[in-house]
Amino acid sequence: MRRRDNLVGYLLITPQLVGSVLFVLLPLGLVGWYSLHEWNVLAGTFEFVGGENYDRLLADANLPQVLGASALFSVGLVVLNLALALLLAVLLNQRLRGTTFFRTVFFSPVVVSLVAWTIVWRFLLQDDGGLNGLLAAAGAEGPNWLRGEGTAMLSVIVVQVLKNVGLNMVLFLAALQGVPAQLYEAAELDGAGARTRFLRITVPLISPTILLTSIITVVGSLQVFAQIAVLTQGGPGVSTTVLVYYLYQQAFQFHHFGYGATLSVLLFVIVAVLTLVQWRMRRRWVFHET
Amino acid sequence: MKPFVKPAALALAALLTLTACGTAGGDAPAAQGPKPLRMTIWTSNEAHLKLFDEIAAEYRKTHPGVGEITFDPIPFESYTTTLTTQIAGGNAPDLAWILESSAPDFVSSGALAPLDDTLRKAPGYGFDDLTPSAVKLWQAEGKLYAYPFSTSPFGVFVNTDLLKEAGQQSPAEMIEDGAWTWEKVAAQNTAVVAETGKAGMVVRDFDYKGWDNLATVWGGWGAQAWSEDGRTCGFDSPEMVEAMTFLHKSIFTDKAFPGPGTTADFFAGDAAMTITQISRASLLQEATFGWDLVPLPAGPKGEYSVIGQAGLGVFKNSPNAAAATDFLAFFTNPANSAKLAAYFPPPRASQLTADTLAKSNPLLKPDQLQKVVISGIEKGVVKPNHTGQAELSQTVRAALDPLWQPGADVKAVLGGVCAKVAPMLGT
Repeated sequence: MRRRDNLVGYLLITPQLVGSVLFVLLPLGLVGWYSLHEWNVLAGTFEFVGGENYDRLLADANLPQVLGASALFSVGLVVLNLALALLLAVLLNQRLRGTTFFRTVFFSPVVVSLVAWTIVWRFLLQDDGGLNGLLAAAGAEGPNWLRGEGTAMLSVIVVQVLKNVGLNMVLFLAALQGVPAQLYEAAELDGAGARTRFLRITVPLISPTILLTSIITVVGSLQVFAQIAVLTQGGPGVSTTVLVYYLYQQAFQFHHFGYGATLSVLLFVIVAVLTLVQWRMRRRWVFHET
Repeated sequence: MKPFVKPAALALAALLTLTACGTAGGDAPAAQGPKPLRMTIWTSNEAHLKLFDEIAAEYRKTHPGVGEITFDPIPFESYTTTLTTQIAGGNAPDLAWILESSAPDFVSSGALAPLDDTLRKAPGYGFDDLTPSAVKLWQAEGKLYAYPFSTSPFGVFVNTDLLKEAGQQSPAEMIEDGAWTWEKVAAQNTAVVAETGKAGMVVRDFDYKGWDNLATVWGGWGAQAWSEDGRTCGFDSPEMVEAMTFLHKSIFTDKAFPGPGTTADFFAGDAAMTITQISRASLLQEATFGWDLVPLPAGPKGEYSVIGQAGLGVFKNSPNAAAATDFLAFFTNPANSAKLAAYFPPPRASQLTADTLAKSNPLLKPDQLQKVVISGIEKGVVKPNHTGQAELSQTVRAALDPLWQPGADVKAVLGGVCAKVAPMLGT
């Protein structure tokens, strides 16, 4: 009987399993295999070069800048996204009129097509675009957002935060509503102020959600591509060339497919390590798990 | 099929069987019956496609062994990337247009089949009619690897209404006075911007990224991105510094060119002038303003012209390579070349006359054709190109970015470009 159950179970997970093997595990293995080769698509050559691509990775003069840009983007995005999402969630968790409207407003960008969203922002952010028009009407001269060394990265981060903050906001909102009201009442009776209540009750109780959103956001931030491709193409200079965009350039624009695969392996390692570290840390700072 | 593609192909085949969503793939082995051909192109213009389909239909009448001939448009911006991705995925087309920027990569890679023998043997083809300047880019070791399908000179389209509004001389008058020079043209554009609030001179497709289009400006100073043999960086040459200093001043001080991050479409009437290829004339079909097409302004080094090219090649590894080469010979024979000349200036000397071109370019006057197109093709230099162009182009783009700031130190930035580029040119 037990065997039969197992069989049915395996049958039920087969579609998902086949999908995972074909689209996740197999490509993962192939990328590792490709990274050991010099693959010239045009000439149709595919030669085993062993660790040569990895030597190149270590010697790549562009890589420190690229990793720096990736780190800046990820840190900026995670900090801004989580802080804003939590703030919005706390505000929208109040029993006030109009909260449903605002929840919808902040969530709606999540369902908008990423590329459409980004293209609209490109128009808003260009030198003679909407944002600078608004600033000019207010008597201020805005910078050339997508062209300045500092403002380009800032623009990409903000556009991405506004796109996705709604998702984290909803997750936080759900977590906030799961915090028992009597804890606040008790704390209030004990004389705790709003700040203390937030830090000592709210944050610990929603810490599993903070962990979840930070993992999703960190991993998502390392995969940013369309926003860079549409807004800045990695410029000005290489200031917004993040790892995924760099590996796209190497593989698909410069035809270094082997080296592109090597960069993918690096990206995989970074994502895996970061996720593992966050997961390990949960015991320390996640107060309770459900 | 190469061994490394096998696991991926097997997986894909398994997947397609599983999901039963396999499309009628172009490379499915059709053991019997007519063999289809697929050609990737960058245009999706209806008139262009209609003409291609007509030529293909005519060819198939006499070649029952050839099945459907598909023209597969890929957007210009991502053309080469998409094409190489198709090749990497084992789904290469039989024929492809190749843009001049990637010509050295494709020609030297060995991916393309040599065309000389088939073209020379084709009856009435007139192989020697192809002008040497047009085929140069597509040859390696004396063999032709792609047919110079479109050889399109850059010219200046001028909105004569805007110039009049700003009280400026028409380009025709300027040329007559020998005043059609960069200095005077820039001043005209500055005046138009001040008087009308519209944009001045737009170097089309440059947008502060596609720097190779600036060859249409710095050519007037005799500057080059790199030397003829492709080994020495030219960005720090005195000519280039002078040309770029002029350009920088014209953009940021005189406002003769729209600055970075500003969009202005000449063909919508938003700008006084634009530098682009003459094939864009079709965009003026419904123009509501008066316009003229004139040669590039003269620079300190005198007159010059620049051409953009696209080649048409056959992939050597295609199972239908022989049929594809034969179709190419038909597609580009004198009769069809004359038809294609309506949109794509031909590389054939006998067809480069104002009369022939006028028949197929009703929007352009014979005088415009003679001055811009015919003499442009005869004297023109091709835009910068090099093996590894994509990577080189990206490096130059990044190193040039600091130039597009109001207070940039032109000489220092250009020196920086060479510092980055020189190691890549050496190989």
